[in-house]
Amino acid sequence: MTIYFIQAFIYLIAAVIAVPLAKRFGLGSVLGYLIAGVVIGPVVGLVGDETTTIQHFAEFGVVMMLFLVGLELEPKMLWSMRHRLLGLGGLQVFLTAASAAGLGLLFDLPWTVAVTIGLIFSLSSTAIVLQTLQEKGLMSSDAGRSAFSVLLFQDIAVIPMLAFIPLLALPELVEAAASLQVAAEHHEELNLLAGLPGWAYAIALFSSIAAVVVGGHYLSRPIFKYVASAGLREISTAAALALVIGIAALMSLVGLSPALGTFLAGVVLANSEFRHELESNIEPFKGLLLGLFFITVGAGIDFGILFSEFGLIIGLTLGLIALKAGILLLLSFPFKVKGSDRWLFALSLAQAGEFGFVLLSFSTQNHALPLDISQRLSLVVALSMLLTPALFIAFERLILPIYEKRQSKTQEPDKVDDQGPVLVAGTGRFGQIVNRLLAANDVKTIVFDQSLSAIEVMRNIGIKSYFGDATRMDLLETAGVGQASLFVVAIDDRQRATELVLELKHAYPKLKILARSYDRGHQYELRQAGADYVVNETYYSALEMAQQSMIELGMHPFKATGLRNSFAKTEEKSRDILYETWLASTEDNKFNANYRELFMQFEDALRNANKRERNEGHSLERSWTPPPKGYAEEFE
Amino acid sequence: MASRILLLYAHPSSDRSEINQRMFQSAQSIEGVTCVDLYAEYPTFQIDIDVEQQRLREHDIIIFQFPMYWYSTPAILKEWQDLVLEYGFAYGHEGNALRDKYFFCALSAGGNESAYKAQGYNHFTIAQLLQPLEQTASLTQMRYLPPFALFGSRTALDEGRVEAHLDKWRRLLNALHHQRFDFAKAKSCKLMLSEFENAVSQEQVSL
Ligand SMILES: Cc1cc2nc3c(=O)[nH]c(=O)nc-3n(C[C@H](O)[C@H](O)[C@H](O)COP(=O)(O)O)c2cc1C
Repeated sequence: MTIYFIQAFIYLIAAVIAVPLAKRFGLGSVLGYLIAGVVIGPVVGLVGDETTTIQHFAEFGVVMMLFLVGLELEPKMLWSMRHRLLGLGGLQVFLTAASAAGLGLLFDLPWTVAVTIGLIFSLSSTAIVLQTLQEKGLMSSDAGRSAFSVLLFQDIAVIPMLAFIPLLALPELVEAAASLQVAAEHHEELNLLAGLPGWAYAIALFSSIAAVVVGGHYLSRPIFKYVASAGLREISTAAALALVIGIAALMSLVGLSPALGTFLAGVVLANSEFRHELESNIEPFKGLLLGLFFITVGAGIDFGILFSEFGLIIGLTLGLIALKAGILLLLSFPFKVKGSDRWLFALSLAQAGEFGFVLLSFSTQNHALPLDISQRLSLVVALSMLLTPALFIAFERLILPIYEKRQSKTQEPDKVDDQGPVLVAGTGRFGQIVNRLLAANDVKTIVFDQSLSAIEVMRNIGIKSYFGDATRMDLLETAGVGQASLFVVAIDDRQRATELVLELKHAYPKLKILARSYDRGHQYELRQAGADYVVNETYYSALEMAQQSMIELGMHPFKATGLRNSFAKTEEKSRDILYETWLASTEDNKFNANYRELFMQFEDALRNANKRERNEGHSLERSWTPPPKGYAEEFE
Repeated sequence: MASRILLLYAHPSSDRSEINQRMFQSAQSIEGVTCVDLYAEYPTFQIDIDVEQQRLREHDIIIFQFPMYWYSTPAILKEWQDLVLEYGFAYGHEGNALRDKYFFCALSAGGNESAYKAQGYNHFTIAQLLQPLEQTASLTQMRYLPPFALFGSRTALDEGRVEAHLDKWRRLLNALHHQRFDFAKAKSCKLMLSEFENAVSQEQVSL
């Protein structure tokens, strides 16, 4: 037991120290984990052989990652980017894999090995690239969108690759492994279908995939509903984990890739109201497991090889980057990625990626790559990732200035059509209206509510809404609060609404927050908490009612509208002063005598607002006043 | 046969009106006149274009009734024109919905008639000042009639001129509705529809 504690502590503390450091230097978290691994492994020697065991375990992070990738894939979005996804992404993977494999053949590698290497090198680092683009605010640029399509295609392509690589196994490696296995008494992998005839096997395969798809579609809702009814956070986490692990288990039992199964389940659930809830529950596990995986990769790096074959490794790394960038540049022409975007696109995706590590260890396990090659390639992949920040810097310092000079003369500014979504917390009686009006006008909204029935209502009328506690910051983060253009707080719990505003303003000072208040006091609290705009939930309906009352009493509708407007105007004017008074009060009950007196004064002002003659900006008395009776005499 | 009349009334502070509100009210009791208080129906200016176009289709004579504000109509009548007289409906390709309908203004002006002359204080006659509406009618293929106007409206009540004006107004609407109105004669009386009496005949006049 003790030894586990110590090991776990070493891994965790290494990550805790290295990752923030790496981020601070603009290297990104993946490199941080790798460096942590390098330090505790080859450099200090704190960890040893157990890394391989841990790595197998940590690979489950990849399965989770693919589940999350699936969750992000809304069919609508996929359809709208189909050309770039299939064309640009497909060609990039194919051309890179083919040319890398071709070069491998030139070096006299067996063709299976060459193809495996080609596949591994065709992938780029989703984690590093997306994070960097996001940090630099380049996601919505042409280069950013193209890079995203390519990365998405690569992530999906990993699944068939995982299925394909075992077919490339080298016979001599398999034999060697088999003889070793006898010695090591390796367990036969548990596979239910081992003894079945071909047709039954095929049926079993299809029915398990069907089970994932159909079950994901029809069973997940009642189950999550049941779980949600408990209202316990850890149980919903447990349910999410059970889902992913269960599918992985089912897939392994029938001999399919767990990554494929969870990916499919993710796609099926992408439209579900539980999507963000699932995401935020799985995210930390995925993050930690992937982190662990990268640490073990770092720990496994053989510095002996790096130093003894320094020239070869560096040469391969630079060659790889040049090859990938070259192919991307080429592709940028038919796909019309222009100007500085072309270079950003090519340079940002020129590294190999974390899935490269996954495929490397997977290929070695499946005897498709000899260990010595895989160790060297591991170094190449890691180095190419390590050089990525340098490529970004090169882009910013060397390439961008050239284009900026040109652009200032010739080009029209980029279209800014990429507006972040509006997050709406709460879709009850209030949020619902806000959301319907926005959605009706094509403003992209993401809606949260804790009440499943409210969500059902919204979904029935075709408005996307998600189950989840909108006051949970992690949930909001996975929903993309960082990119949101606005946040509407429409939940009906006073206390939690105020807390949410406070937290949001703390975490995202620049985010505009519009909040719904329960009454006057709540309005002040929200304002104090930092809300940019506060509206009382009853105020405008009451004004409407008063206006209608006056009309029913026989007043002309246009006059009633005018009176209501000048009432609102006067009320608005008093708002700031009343708020300051409330704020300045140190008493427990901030609606003290002082406040009350002021309030009464303003009530008087309201009463006179429409009576006062010429001194008010928009009093009705002053509007369309006919000239005095005898005035025409002056104009004879 | 009877003509259907659409009276589009615009007064932003009708509770202080001495002339127009009463004209509008008395028109309501006359057969064949559809009375629309635009400021009441659209207090926030959200004019329903479909409703308004349908109303136009269903009538033969269109009247704008308003107090003259700054030598023109109150704002909502301008808004009404801007929204309702669409291309393809009122003008342009297949925009024939208003063809051959009659159009005129019934208005009150604070200034005296003597001021609405080339030598007068206002330099132009009412007919001249209403030329944008006249041309609008022309483009929309409507037949434009001279305005029905009351001058010196701010003193009309004190001087006891209102009842006579209302009387004239009712007789005009009646004659229009029952088609006892000679449009050719009215058109030739270049100045004012207020002098319409000679255009009214005892018999029905063919349109
Ligand atoms: C904003 C405003 C503008 C006016 N502009 C004019 C004008 O240009 N010429 C004019 O003769 N009278 C003008 N008047 C006077 C109105 O025409 C007069 O008040 C109206 O005809 C009275 O009718 P009512 O009693 O139905 O309101 C104006 C009045 C107001 C309130």
